[in-house]
Amino acid sequence: MSYTTQTQAQAGAGEIAGKEFLAFTLGQEEYGIDILRVQEIRGYEPVTRIANAPDFIKGVVNLRGIIVPVVDMRIKFSLGTPTYDQFTVVIILNIGGRVMGMVVDSVSDVTTLSPNQVRPAPEMGTFDSDYLIGLGTLNERMLILVDIDKLMSSSEMGLMEKIAA
Amino acid sequence: MTIDMSQFYQVFFDEADELLAEMEKLLLALDVSAPDGEDLNAIFRAAHSIKGGAATFAFTDITEVTHMLESLLDRIRKGEMALTPEHVDAFLAAKDVLTMQMDGHHHGSSVDQDAVGSVCQRLKALSQGIVPQTPAVEAAPVAAAEPAAPVADADGNYIFRIELPAVPQRDVDALAAELGLLGTIGQECLADQRVVFTLTTSESQDNIVAICSFVLDPDDLKITLDAAPAAAHAELQGDSEAKQPVEEPGYGIFEPQKAEVASPSLPVAKPEQAATGTPAAEAKNFGRRATDKEGGSQESSSIRVGIEKVDQLINLVGELVITQAMIEQRIGALDPIAHERLLNSASQLARNTRDLQEAVMSIRMMPMDYVFSRFPRMVRDLAGKLGKKVDFVTHGAATELDKGLIERIVDPLTHLVRNSVDHGIEMPEKRRENGKSETGKLSLSAAHQGGNIVIEVSDDGGGLNRERILAKAKQQGLDVSDTMPDADVWNLVLAPGFSTAEVVTDVSGRGVGMDVVKRNIAAMGGTVDIRSVPGSGTTMAISLPLTLAILDGMSVKVGEEVYILPLGYVIESLQPASTDVKEIAGQGRVIKIRGEYLPLIPLYQIFAIEPCFTEPSQGIVVILEADGKKAALLVDSLVGQQQVVVKNLESNFRKVAGISGATILGDGGVSLILDVSALLRSSRQLSADPIFY
Repeated sequence: MSYTTQTQAQAGAGEIAGKEFLAFTLGQEEYGIDILRVQEIRGYEPVTRIANAPDFIKGVVNLRGIIVPVVDMRIKFSLGTPTYDQFTVVIILNIGGRVMGMVVDSVSDVTTLSPNQVRPAPEMGTFDSDYLIGLGTLNERMLILVDIDKLMSSSEMGLMEKIAA
Repeated sequence: MTIDMSQFYQVFFDEADELLAEMEKLLLALDVSAPDGEDLNAIFRAAHSIKGGAATFAFTDITEVTHMLESLLDRIRKGEMALTPEHVDAFLAAKDVLTMQMDGHHHGSSVDQDAVGSVCQRLKALSQGIVPQTPAVEAAPVAAAEPAAPVADADGNYIFRIELPAVPQRDVDALAAELGLLGTIGQECLADQRVVFTLTTSESQDNIVAICSFVLDPDDLKITLDAAPAAAHAELQGDSEAKQPVEEPGYGIFEPQKAEVASPSLPVAKPEQAATGTPAAEAKNFGRRATDKEGGSQESSSIRVGIEKVDQLINLVGELVITQAMIEQRIGALDPIAHERLLNSASQLARNTRDLQEAVMSIRMMPMDYVFSRFPRMVRDLAGKLGKKVDFVTHGAATELDKGLIERIVDPLTHLVRNSVDHGIEMPEKRRENGKSETGKLSLSAAHQGGNIVIEVSDDGGGLNRERILAKAKQQGLDVSDTMPDADVWNLVLAPGFSTAEVVTDVSGRGVGMDVVKRNIAAMGGTVDIRSVPGSGTTMAISLPLTLAILDGMSVKVGEEVYILPLGYVIESLQPASTDVKEIAGQGRVIKIRGEYLPLIPLYQIFAIEPCFTEPSQGIVVILEADGKKAALLVDSLVGQQQVVVKNLESNFRKVAGISGATILGDGGVSLILDVSALLRSSRQLSADPIFY
């Protein structure tokens, strides 16, 4: 199930009842994405650079025989410091059969959010609010819930051909 | 040039089995009162594909039945005839007959010619609009032929007494040999020098007459059915068992035809016999069929496995190779004396892994020759049949292609080649009139092109007729206009049910061919492109994506990056003297090599890499040639030469200009494969244009 527009997502907030989200951090902010889009979590491996690609597209890696592009969210959204060491984490996403990697600062946990814990996102923030499902509140924490399907297939990311987007 | 077609029989039988099973499934699911047009089309296509394959291998009997089946289906499909339960019954019966014929060719088992005949008649009757009253047409053939034949022995044999007229001894001998194939034959002479045969067989009297009529007038024959004398019977029985291969008991279901199995040559060889009519050929066939039969009882020597299972295997082996490389790296640091045994084991592991990888890879990769070698014979036969002269050439038969793709490309290619011979190339007289050589040229080629494999069927025939295609399209109610661009008009021939041929022949003209071609190619993720010039020929280009293809590559290094150059494009590599490098104002640099000035493409500039060398005289230039153009590519150094497995970059990413794909190196890293033709085509443009926009 994908959330196509923000309004739909707000109206259909009930649909995400008891949904599980993978929480990760970029800089000081904590984000959440639908756990069903996550294929696996890996350490960062050296990538093969793609010529003339934007900075945030680090390149491609070999994931058990398939070629997977890796993007660094910290560069894309100018959050945190893009350092690559043994603690750098890559979340491997599987979106509509396409596999891609996403570099983040760290992955914290998997949380279940009920619909009443999700508030509509305000019209501000680092992410274009088009790509947000809402804000999830969990005790003292606040998760920025990202519509990862939409974000990754957007032309802004340039990961897919226009037809596929 | 001789080709052993039998190596492809297995593929045909496998395919035909699948198609027949599919056909049966569809037939059984068919709603007679309101048949689904798509299902009818699918049944029709199955019949058509079997016919095509059977014709390729000269299984005339199968072709005949499928042709009839197809004709009937075609009329129903076009709504000229309503579907009735009788049709479905007849189709199912035809399917059974085809299965039987297929087994006949494959395992040498018996083919009940009467059942074949009755199904053909039934289909013919149906296509004439007659509904046969008795669906029991397949009743035991012998019983039908001899209603009062109670004297069959336990094996369904009868004893015939055949009195010949006065004929030369030579003919008598030939007949005796001929009839001997039907069963056991005895010979005696009458007082007036005439000969009498005593034949123990399960064949009907009609068959005996038919065979005799090759030698003499059947009216002069006198055939009587003997009562079976018990003693003679026992003797003959023993005789026949000693003489003929013993059938396994599993055939017991077809009790009345059991004994017929004992004479395997005749029914199967019938069409050939009709064609040649010589007893010698017949006798030879007997020997061949007999050997076929021995192989028939064996288990099938190949299994069909889902391609995803093979893919999984390949990926797992790839992982294994990488793990093995890692282990090798780790133990490289160990003291070779203290860890001798570990090191030995590791090198054995390396060897085994490499062998395993090669073996697994070889499951999928096959040279195009596997497909191409089927065609010369087919083209020759077809051209002979149509009275045309065709010169057939192939290029790039060594191009390796994924087995999955190779198997699926056979049918579309067969259709295209048939079409080219049938419609493309003109008759010799017409060619002469048009000032061309009488012999037409048909070429089949395969090559890697950019990120694709392109397979082209190209003829120098009359080309497509724009007016006729448009007229036909209008007639069929397609949305066309007279001002359509040529390319769009050509694409119309790929529409379902579209054929411009005036006459429906056994070869082509029903308009299913191109429909099937387009569907099959699209299912493989490829495209069909038609180029045609009136009067000088047509080229059908099938372009398939490289899902998995092996490439001989040369790895080159620029800065920290390693790229793969497809070896096919590389002519040479050298380090030029600085005096050979010339600057052309505003045009970049050229290099003088053997008296030729070649443009210099600095790879570091195109891919914005920090290189070790910017001067050609310090680095290495690789001379590349693509599409008839040459250029010199400047790189830092050559790394080596290796076979790489081409991976598609676009399956998870997007197309990148100048890159045709990627591959995984021995250490698990990814290396990009350069798209040489794109580099050469627009080296200047490439560096100017942003790749991401």
